[in-house]
Amino acid sequence: MELKSKTPTGPIEQRWDNHRFNIKLVNPANKRKYSVIIVGSGLAGASASATMAELGYNVKCFCFQDSPRRAHSIAAQGGINAAKNYQNDGDSVYRLFYDTVKGGDFRSRESNVYRLAQISVNIIDQCVAQGVPFAREYGGLLANRSFGGAQVSRTFYARGQTGQQLLLGAYQALLRQVAGGKVQMFPRTEMLDLIVIDGKARGIVARNLITGKIESHLADAVVLGTGGYGNVFYLSTNAKGSNCTAIWRAYKRGAAMANPCYTQIHPTCIPVSGEYQSKLTLMSESLRNDGRIWVPKKKGDTRSPEQIPEDERDYYLERKYPSFGNLVPRDVASRNAKSACDEGRGVGEQGLGVYLDFSDAIKRLGKQSIRERYGNLFDMYERITGDNPYNVPMRIYPAIHYTMGGLWVDYNLMTTIPGLFAVGEANFSDHGANRLGASALMQGLADGYFILPYTIGDYLANTKLEKADASNPAAREAEKGVNEVTRRLLEIRGKRTVTSFHRELGKLVWDDCGMARTEAGLKKALQRVPELRDEFWKNVNVLGGGEELNQALENAGRVADFLEFGELMCLDALQRNESCGGHFREEFQTPEGEALRDDDNYSYVAAWEYGGPGKPPILNKEPLTFEYVHPSQRSYK
Amino acid sequence: MKLTLHIWRQKSPNHIGRMVQYEHANVNPHMSFLEMLDVLNEELIAKGEEPVAFDHDCREGICGSCGFMVNGVAHGPQPATTVCQLHMRHFKDGDVLYLEPWRARAFPVIKDLVVDRSAFDRIITAGGYVSASTGSAQDANNILIPKRDADLAMDAAACIGCGACVAACPNAASALFTGAKISHLSLLPQGQPERFKRALGMVAQVKQELFGSCTNIGECEAVCPKEIKLEVIARMNRDYLKASWTERPEITRGDD
Repeated sequence: MELKSKTPTGPIEQRWDNHRFNIKLVNPANKRKYSVIIVGSGLAGASASATMAELGYNVKCFCFQDSPRRAHSIAAQGGINAAKNYQNDGDSVYRLFYDTVKGGDFRSRESNVYRLAQISVNIIDQCVAQGVPFAREYGGLLANRSFGGAQVSRTFYARGQTGQQLLLGAYQALLRQVAGGKVQMFPRTEMLDLIVIDGKARGIVARNLITGKIESHLADAVVLGTGGYGNVFYLSTNAKGSNCTAIWRAYKRGAAMANPCYTQIHPTCIPVSGEYQSKLTLMSESLRNDGRIWVPKKKGDTRSPEQIPEDERDYYLERKYPSFGNLVPRDVASRNAKSACDEGRGVGEQGLGVYLDFSDAIKRLGKQSIRERYGNLFDMYERITGDNPYNVPMRIYPAIHYTMGGLWVDYNLMTTIPGLFAVGEANFSDHGANRLGASALMQGLADGYFILPYTIGDYLANTKLEKADASNPAAREAEKGVNEVTRRLLEIRGKRTVTSFHRELGKLVWDDCGMARTEAGLKKALQRVPELRDEFWKNVNVLGGGEELNQALENAGRVADFLEFGELMCLDALQRNESCGGHFREEFQTPEGEALRDDDNYSYVAAWEYGGPGKPPILNKEPLTFEYVHPSQRSYK
Repeated sequence: MKLTLHIWRQKSPNHIGRMVQYEHANVNPHMSFLEMLDVLNEELIAKGEEPVAFDHDCREGICGSCGFMVNGVAHGPQPATTVCQLHMRHFKDGDVLYLEPWRARAFPVIKDLVVDRSAFDRIITAGGYVSASTGSAQDANNILIPKRDADLAMDAAACIGCGACVAACPNAASALFTGAKISHLSLLPQGQPERFKRALGMVAQVKQELFGSCTNIGECEAVCPKEIKLEVIARMNRDYLKASWTERPEITRGDD
């Protein structure tokens, strides 16, 4: 497999402009002759669908939820970055680019990141024009706040519901195109395979989740905006339905999977309360602007927080990282919380938690200001835990949140299968080994509004496509495969529930491929995951039929894919003998316990190629070069 | 704790549904309401019975997927809380709970507690947007918006489209949902050019979907998990009335 990144050369400031000029255009009158399938209706999928339709293409958009408005982008709380420098605090496109490359621990593509920073400015304009109610200052100008990993205030927000408002903006733009007849929307429909004809992606096989009908949909190109694979861990901050099925089945059709071991741990989540727990809830990272993180200095200190005097508290982030303090990037904040708990200084019943304390901020700013800034988050915390964070510190613990790995894409966001594109969290491209706060929303919308709609034209203009419909043998073969898997799942009728397998897999990968990894642990997981997978296919119990709404069946298919994906994730983690960003191999750390990168040997994107059934995957490498931001030890001291 | 659950079971839109009683002994006060159902479902599967179908996704109270009636109240007894964020600590040992799907002609039952809310998408499709194609926007700070207006718009925009307002309304009206979107956009300068056309389009769609009429009862506001206020309905009615009086056929001029 050859990885052609198609990254332009020349001064980085001009690369995207030059590239856009050089790519081939599709004549407006011809755009209406093309059809595009977009799977996923989150920030990336909905914005891409709307924009493609505005340009004149015919779009079919699919989502498994009952409405495109429910995509998981809706749950993002904190904000979206843009290099507007409205606060006059020294921000610039270059600084956002610099922060993102450095924050990604030098494992992202410079050209992509620069383009992202450049486009960030237009995203805010576009969203405001749509009526997204961003927070405002009294004079009517947009308000900003700062986020982890940044020393400037560049984050735009709509209370604690920024993702919701951005998604509703994109959803409304999408439905406007549904009204205009340019987008056909397929809710409650799940993609189960990719149709490849003559080496090009030409469609999908999808299951109507209400009737169970398996159908082929053909088009001239296919776009996957299906989000991340964080639910492989079972407990995560992702929505329950988030899954890796679409990208995994595309991988098995020949799309390379890049950096699957890069998963981001979010430092501020509500700790686990018991075995029955179904998901973890994230508290916005913006809380770290005013909350101070601490644990007792003494091990096993079980006193309640207000009984612990100031000089017996360890504000470990402020102590270890004086210039960033509580705003260090996510991987650093998460790892430090874990080590405090590993030392036996964790708080709460399970000892897996640290305090996030607002008492100083309340003294300084007053309860009312804190309520204005974080009111809904405080309410949410109280609803879940029963504790009132205005009176007692919150307890937080890291949790799986975002996945930086995903399908490998070139500069045009095209995967290694011609005609198959991946946008947003489903691709690997912009975040490197770690993602800074408020940059996922930025990437989803940059891909969907401003990159894909242009680059897809280049593919369509340069490619000769034969007519194809659902009677094509490739479509028939894919449909047959999907029907076969459904039949098998329903016929096993074993003893264990789908969820019990998922929970076991999640615990395995969390323990051995989670916040910290070791060679021994990964080797153990690589042995255990296939055993669990075998047991699944012999002993899972999926009741009901295939021709009706059957949530257990939907879930079984997704868990079956996670059971395969989890193995690749561990394999990727094992081959990367270094620590970087969200990938922390315990064998590779500095004497102070920070991540130790190995730029000489591992400055590459690991792009895995499916080797065929029962055969090991093949590792391909795309070397990364850094011309502008030179790799250095990340330091937040 | 131990609960007695009466749950609406309906195999498909074409089957007749009925209440089925379950004794549920493994309930922990820290569970969310949906986690309580997860545990029940695991037990049902173990016994070879089909699990109860219910819509859910984010389980953070923001996606709007979940929701059903608990003892006749949409999203259950806790104010301003979706059922996924409702915790069992608000119930007592030995409680008897009745779980039913949203009740409205415009929301047909698909299975058990799952209903079809696609009518909401069609209402938005009928004009619930600002026509701003990608790439034509001016600098964001060129549109000044007083903080008060931005805050009021945000209050309305917080609607998650769960459908509780419809389910709680004796008329099954969608006025709170529709009013929230109309208010969000009409409070902002960007929403002005299409303001009255939007009100006409969305309200016409509401009628077509067979939602009932609003008679200002206020049950919708009482159950709304996002505390959307009845004033959004007043704003919708004002815009609709004004639009109905001032509506003129659109004259399009050719290039001749």
